[in-house]
Amino acid sequence: MAFSGTERRRAEEIVARYPQSRSATLPLLFLVQDRDGWVTPQGIEDVADFLGLTPAVVLGTCSFYTMFKLSPVGKLVVSVCTNVSCLVNGGPQLHEHLRREYARSDDVFIEEVECLAACDRAPALQINYDFHGPLTGEQAVDLIERHRSGELTARTISGTATGGEV
Amino acid sequence: MSTDAVRMSQWPSEQPYVIPVAPGPDVATVTIDGKEVQVPRGELLIKVAQDHGTYIPRFCWHERMKPVGMCRMCLVEVEGMRGLQISCATPVTDGMVVHTQSPGVKAAQDGVLEFLLVNHPLDCPVCDRGGECPLQDQTLAFGPGESRFVEEKRHFEKPIPISETVLLDRERCIQCGRCTRFASEIAGDALIHFGGRGSGTEVMTYPDEPFSSYFAGNTVQICPVGALTASPYRFRARPWDLDSVETSCQQCAVGCRGALESTSNRLVRLLGVDLDPVNQGWLCDRGRYAYEWVHSDARVVTPRLAREGGLAEATWPQALDAAAEALRRARDEHGPDAIGVLGGARGTNEDAYAWARLAKGVLRTDNVDAQLDDGLPAEVVLGLPRASIDDLDRAAAIVIVGSDPKETLPVLYLRIRAAAEAGVPVVDVSTHDNGCTPFAACSLRHRPGEVATPVAALAEVLGGRTTGSDADRLAALVADRDGPVVVVLGRPSLAEPATAAVHAAALLAAVPAVRFLPALHRGNVHGALDLGLAPGLLPGRVTLDAGRAHVGAVWGGVPAARGLDARGILAAAADGRIRTLVLLGCDPLTDFPDRPLVERALAAVGTVVVVGAFADAAGGHADVVLPTTVWGEQDGSGTNLEGRVQRLARKVTPGGAAMEAWRIAGELAARLGVDFDLELTAEVQDEIARVAPAFAGVDAAVLRRARDGVVLPLVDHADEIAWGPAPLGAGVSWEPIPAGADAEPVPADAEAAATPTGPPAPPVALWEWRGPAEPAPTVPVDAYALRVVAARTLYGADRAVLESPSLAAFAPRDAVLLVSRTDRDRIGVADGDRVRVTSARATVELPVVADARIPQGVAFLPANRAGAGIGDLVDPDAAVTDLRVETLR
Repeated sequence: MAFSGTERRRAEEIVARYPQSRSATLPLLFLVQDRDGWVTPQGIEDVADFLGLTPAVVLGTCSFYTMFKLSPVGKLVVSVCTNVSCLVNGGPQLHEHLRREYARSDDVFIEEVECLAACDRAPALQINYDFHGPLTGEQAVDLIERHRSGELTARTISGTATGGEV
Repeated sequence: MSTDAVRMSQWPSEQPYVIPVAPGPDVATVTIDGKEVQVPRGELLIKVAQDHGTYIPRFCWHERMKPVGMCRMCLVEVEGMRGLQISCATPVTDGMVVHTQSPGVKAAQDGVLEFLLVNHPLDCPVCDRGGECPLQDQTLAFGPGESRFVEEKRHFEKPIPISETVLLDRERCIQCGRCTRFASEIAGDALIHFGGRGSGTEVMTYPDEPFSSYFAGNTVQICPVGALTASPYRFRARPWDLDSVETSCQQCAVGCRGALESTSNRLVRLLGVDLDPVNQGWLCDRGRYAYEWVHSDARVVTPRLAREGGLAEATWPQALDAAAEALRRARDEHGPDAIGVLGGARGTNEDAYAWARLAKGVLRTDNVDAQLDDGLPAEVVLGLPRASIDDLDRAAAIVIVGSDPKETLPVLYLRIRAAAEAGVPVVDVSTHDNGCTPFAACSLRHRPGEVATPVAALAEVLGGRTTGSDADRLAALVADRDGPVVVVLGRPSLAEPATAAVHAAALLAAVPAVRFLPALHRGNVHGALDLGLAPGLLPGRVTLDAGRAHVGAVWGGVPAARGLDARGILAAAADGRIRTLVLLGCDPLTDFPDRPLVERALAAVGTVVVVGAFADAAGGHADVVLPTTVWGEQDGSGTNLEGRVQRLARKVTPGGAAMEAWRIAGELAARLGVDFDLELTAEVQDEIARVAPAFAGVDAAVLRRARDGVVLPLVDHADEIAWGPAPLGAGVSWEPIPAGADAEPVPADAEAAATPTGPPAPPVALWEWRGPAEPAPTVPVDAYALRVVAARTLYGADRAVLESPSLAAFAPRDAVLLVSRTDRDRIGVADGDRVRVTSARATVELPVVADARIPQGVAFLPANRAGAGIGDLVDPDAAVTDLRVETLR
């Protein structure tokens, strides 16, 4: 499987922004992440193939960045800050609460992150890279559920509005 | 904010992402630790310091790669600049004042090493690198005396194989990026890369895609710690038990310089030595690990004679008498033409010369050929103007015709790739995509057997005689570039005669400023041809007629007329016209393209004398076996494809009773009534310098003192010679800290003062060839057939690979037919399915595999594979070979 016609046109547009095609590695990885829900081996091979790089180089680059998920994460990525301001305001407890709540969920992925630069809203979290806070455990679960039900719309798991467009 | 972002993304990024290194013509005056030196402006500080005797410690910087500034070990203080600077990425400017040993620098070195050692396991006692490890050495020289780190070290699964021969220990890795940079920057095989980040950073391959680079072994050599180890050497020796000599690899005709190391009389390792005009420190894996075959159990080390029930051991006098008697009987009863000598391309120059003298001077037969019908005619190879490998870097254009240097001459491929990266346009003329295609400025494709067609057009463009859009594009690439046009000329396919390639050579020879690098691959094939192991030629690149008086004066005579080449010799043997056949260190059964002819010849010929290391070279037909010493067991010299004569060194004592091939020639000559009067290698070298015109002046004394060897003829290259012995190990690429790091550079050898006054010119004008050549016939295309291209791959069923366990373990051996995907689908089979293949000559069954590099209508047969293959299918007399392919149903 390689890029579809639409994907290929999109990829060409992205590559055209840079003097060297290699520079398009990250935006193309977002493209395949949004396509497949995570950065699959197929996605890596597609990007490598399109840019004329080896899969090893694309995987190596990809693995540097935490916003690329190399295993399935579902539809919502919830990033809970446990750095200093959030730490003293209950960030770890918030993280633990969500982790237990969604331990068996396939479409909500809870992760612990370093400072989100949202100390004024501590404890803060991001749902698909949109900021929320301060939140208690129950408020956070409620917010996530409203995203799940479709009442609220989030960005994609890559943090893009429509997928692939960064 | 957003405006900035847009502007950033549209920023014309002419700027490379690494520090540009372009030492200009301007001179800068720099003061390093109080010593004022004149250096090229723009050169890197670390290099300048090293060249002037100040060693700045480093891990990531490597002289042959771009700087990256990852390890921070090379920090120095530059007056006027804030903070410490990494000297590996600081170009020198005029008036710079640098301190490499100030208290601030020492504190920084101490700190960097302490950080590097935090994550390093310090398992030196069980590490291959222990004893020759830059991290160990630099910690001792520049680091903290003891560790403050008391916590548990990190642990990884180890070692993990990242290729067939390279093992990775992630705990030891200090993330200098030498291996990953080598893979992408030098080898062009970016199959390893850093993954993860921070303390989790590790070198990784893509899952299921191992680091299968022909050059993977170099990463082990340049790793500054024991993170990468090579399975063939792992735990075989400790560095302090190794004994080392400098020699040249003889696996192909590039002749890469290396340090050959042994312990307890066993070869255990070959390291690349940085010989600037040749290999620049690199080796291919075949060269690196093929020392193993020297210790093969299959070698014959005592003379053998055919007795009832097979070969039986004999004494040297018995075997030599039998061989001499067979030669004399053939000559006396049937004339000199009843003797044939095949091979000699794997020996030393001395071996080649002595055998040429025995065959042509004593026996007077000209049926001598070092090539096995798999190269180019010797007249063409020796008669074309020769390029040097360094010419690639200064060429106006590089034209690759009829060879895939990556498969047959791997380190030459690295040099071509480096030249292409530096902007030299490469034109790749081939039947299919090959190793050089990815960086070729222009790829010309032709049908098998028709290489002269695109070459004719190319020669017009390069000669400036034609215009047109494509021609203009190509001409524009070459225009404004001074320098020679370097043609790498090989045999396009073993499934066709050399006619088309010779025609192509003649067309290109008319291009102004053209020079050739003949892409013959066998180790010392150029030495053998230069020394007369080819029909019609005498030692020193002269023909029989031109050299008759000069060479004959020493030899007492030379053959009357041109003799037969390898194909002619074997055909004559099969017909019974050749009575005694000598196989001089060659394997015609595997290497000669027409195997049935070899089998007929060996069965028909009266006496087969095998002079070599393997008794089965003649199948079961050997009558006398005279065991020879091989590479690593004998001193001498070898000649590479640019005509560079380099010393070859003996490292281990030969097993059994093996003797040098040149000594065997002398013994046989003595039994035939001629005393060569040659006792020492140096005496042979002196005789070569006296007798062979191209070797004029290249005597033993010069060879001993010319550090990088001598390019023939000496008269044209005398000023390139670097006099004086190389300090052993100084050129080895992992850069051991030189003794007395801040001492003056070692003064040139005292002998250097005694440069010969004016090199002697060849006493006989050397042979020149510029054509004419006959065009090869064009055969109409059969739309239902595939036209064959047969060529060698680096690994295959070659003796050196099969007898080297580390290489044999993963080398592909079985014959296969590579076709385009379209053709495979048209045949209607899956990859690996066996099909019935029919040529005009035979029908065989072969597995078929689709390969994206092969164009439609072409079938690629790797030539060095076991089983049914080109030996059966190809009719060597036909202009091309077409195959019909059917499914087995």
